[in-house]
Amino acid sequence: MTEPIKDLTAMIPFWQPRVTPLELEQATDEQMEAMKVTVSNTDIGAYTLVLALDPETLKERTPLFNGIMYSRGGLSRSETEMGAVAASVVNRCIYCAAVHANRFNQLTKDETVMERVFASGEDADIDPRQKALMNLATKLSKCPSEATKADIELLVENGLGMDEVLDLILSASLFGWANRLMHVLGDPIPQD
Amino acid sequence: MDIFETIVAKAAGISSTSPLASVLTGRGDIMELTERSHEASLRPKQPGGLTHFERAGLACRVAKLNGDAGLTRHYESMFQEGSQAIADTGFDGGGDARLKAIIRHTDLVATDPKEAAASDISALRSAGLDDADIVRLSQLIAFVSYQIRVVAGLRLMAEVG
Repeated sequence: MTEPIKDLTAMIPFWQPRVTPLELEQATDEQMEAMKVTVSNTDIGAYTLVLALDPETLKERTPLFNGIMYSRGGLSRSETEMGAVAASVVNRCIYCAAVHANRFNQLTKDETVMERVFASGEDADIDPRQKALMNLATKLSKCPSEATKADIELLVENGLGMDEVLDLILSASLFGWANRLMHVLGDPIPQD
Repeated sequence: MDIFETIVAKAAGISSTSPLASVLTGRGDIMELTERSHEASLRPKQPGGLTHFERAGLACRVAKLNGDAGLTRHYESMFQEGSQAIADTGFDGGGDARLKAIIRHTDLVATDPKEAAASDISALRSAGLDDADIVRLSQLIAFVSYQIRVVAGLRLMAEVG
């Protein structure tokens, strides 16, 4: 078996499930609806097929995930991705960290921020607003949360509106959820 | 759905007259989907091998491990016979091998998910959980971990005002 990737990277790995994914031919109507696919669609990832083993939660989770990560208004797309990366670094979810660092890099056309975050974590030399974002999202991702009122105030001092603060909290929290699925139910393997 | 009647809004102490009401309304769709995810995780129509009473006990346990008194009380309000023992963080499942494996996994993934390894999934299988139940358990722990952080963040926002 190929060894899982252990180090943080912005190169997206392959996700190898630790449980047996649903076989599409055996999916019930409820599972098909939860995956929002038609029978002719053969390009469904292993992750979705694993989560389809519990269609009731998948059905609610997909629109929730998309609503937090891709809705308009509030925090910018790239800064929303930072919340996802911060949680994924705390929880050491190599796969999620890679996917969302990669998106951040595409959106900002700047790879140096994520390189610094991966190398130095909370001490990364990045601009003060980005640092304030990483700070709150990192502390909120601990168990129990270590975030304080001062961490929110730091975001406000760096120009975030309360709607943006909420979006950051939602993004970091969402990856408290996603990491506990992705990192627990599978392994990140190098792409061929 | 009235978003100010959702578990998250109530646990965070945000009402329709709070300064944060308009901010929360701006993400009303997320609040609704969060409430629906709570139902799907705690009271699914098809619970599989993880009963409603076990789910309430495990969710309460995760709230306690996160030091969240408000959500601990919420999950206590959902208790049925058998939930109480599971929510006791000093209880490890005792002589019930299946419950012991579920509790061990819940504590690990809630508090230190980075340490979860392939062997932890094998341990659940050895204790009699099938793959669908392993996904159900994972979704429960993961959802509650999300909900706790949304509430914690909103409480801090309310402090700032």
